[in-house]
Amino acid sequence: MSAPAPITKAPAGESHSTDVVIIGAGPAGLFSVFELGLLDVKAHLIDILDRPGGQCAELYPEKPIYDIPGLPIVTGEELVDRLLQQIAPFGATFHLSQMAEALEKLPNGRWKVTTDAGTVVEAAVIVVAAGGGSFVPKKPPIPGIEEYEGKSVFYAVRKMEAFRDKNVVIVGGGDSALDWVLNLQPLAKKLTLVHHRDGFRAAQHSVNQMRELVAAGKMEFHIASVSALHGANGQLSSLTLNGKEKGDYDIPCEMMLPFFGLTMKLGPIADWGINLHENLVPVDTEKFESSTGGIFAIGDINTYPGKLKLILSGFHEAALMAQAAFRIARPGEKLRFQYTTSSSSLQKKLGVS
Amino acid sequence: MKIFVTMPDGSTKTLEGTVGWQVMEIIKAAGIPIRAECGGACACATCHVYVDPAWLPKLPKAKPEEIDMLDMAMVVKDSSRLSCQVIFTPELDGLKLTIAPDSL
Repeated sequence: MSAPAPITKAPAGESHSTDVVIIGAGPAGLFSVFELGLLDVKAHLIDILDRPGGQCAELYPEKPIYDIPGLPIVTGEELVDRLLQQIAPFGATFHLSQMAEALEKLPNGRWKVTTDAGTVVEAAVIVVAAGGGSFVPKKPPIPGIEEYEGKSVFYAVRKMEAFRDKNVVIVGGGDSALDWVLNLQPLAKKLTLVHHRDGFRAAQHSVNQMRELVAAGKMEFHIASVSALHGANGQLSSLTLNGKEKGDYDIPCEMMLPFFGLTMKLGPIADWGINLHENLVPVDTEKFESSTGGIFAIGDINTYPGKLKLILSGFHEAALMAQAAFRIARPGEKLRFQYTTSSSSLQKKLGVS
Repeated sequence: MKIFVTMPDGSTKTLEGTVGWQVMEIIKAAGIPIRAECGGACACATCHVYVDPAWLPKLPKAKPEEIDMLDMAMVVKDSSRLSCQVIFTPELDGLKLTIAPDSL
C-alpha cells in the first residue's frame, strides 16, 4: 500500500466552528468522517494520542485483524491507513495530543468543546467515539505516589532541562524507558535504570548503548522493582527497591520517571452529564444517540441490548448516527439516501468522477 | 473444574473453568472486573495475575511475546503471567491464582 494519506492537523489553542465534533480518532471515529462526509456534514476529531487510530494504533498496530468485512487480514496500522485514505476527500480536521475536557451547551443550541490544550470547537452535534476511554500513562501502585506526581514523579518528559544535575531514576524496560535513559543520561547528575529483569522489549541498539554506559560506569542498572518512595512535600529523596537477590534496599532519587505504557480511563466525559452505565454510554439502536439529544455514542464506548464490541459494529453505528446527525446539523434540508456505486454527486465528493 | 482466585484485597472466589478458554476470559465471564484492555491479544499487560508457585510448573511456559509484554505490568514476580496467554485445560483443574492490583 502507498504512503498513508496526509491529514489536516490544527495547532492547539485555536477556535473552530463545524458541524460535528468527534471525540476519539479510532476506527469508529474515522469512519464517521466518511459517512458524515457523504452527507456534506463536516467534522473535527479530537484525540489524546499523537496520531489517529486509537487502540489500533496504540495497542496492536502490528497484530493482524481477521474480522473486518472484505479484508481477510489487515493489521491495526494498515486498517487505520486505509481509513485515512478513505476519508481523505472530506478533509476532516484533527486535534491530536489533546483531551476533550469540557462540554457546554450554548444558548443557540450548539455545543462547545474545550480541550486541555485550550482548543475550542463549536458544533451542532457531538459524537463520542472514545472506545475504552483516553489513553493515559499507567501509574505504579506504590503507596503515596500521588503526593509526588507532577513534583518529582513524572510520566512524561516535557522539558529535559528540568532533569539537569538531578539524581534521576527511570523505571521500565520498553522503548520510552530506554530512549529517555539515553537522552537524560548526559544531563543528569546521576542516572539509574530500574527494571524487573535483565531483558528489554526495546530497540536492540538502545539496549546496547545503555549497557555500554553501565559498563563505563556512567549510569547504574538495577534489576528490581520500586516498592516504596521516601521524601517530603512531594519531593523525593530516595526509593526502596526490591531485588530478587538483594532483597529490600534504598537508593537516592530526586526525580522518578516510570514508563509502563498506557492504560484507558474514561476521563472528563464522565462529568459531562451524559447518562452512563458502568462507564459506557447507553444509546438507542436507531440513531445511537445518548439520553442527551445531539450527543451520540458509537463504537466500544456505547452499550445497548446485544452490543458487540467489534470494529464492524462501530462502522454500522457510524452510518446510522450520520443520518441523524445530518438532520440536526442541516435542519430543514432533505436527506437524500444514495449509493456510492451509482450516485454521480457522491462520486464527485469522493473525487472519483 | 475449578479455578481458585484471590483478589488483591485478599478475598477469594471460586470460578468454574471452561476448557479451551483463556483464563482471562474465565475471570471476566465470572464478573471479576479484570481490565484486559486489549481483549486478549497480549498487547496491554492489564490481565496480569500471580500464579500459585505450586501450579507454576504445570502451566505451559510463557512465550517470548508474553515475557516482553510483562514489562508493561507492575510489580512483576517469578509467578507473574498474563492470564490471556494461559489456556484452561483439564490438567489445570484446581488452578490457584491471585489477580495483580494493576489488573483491576
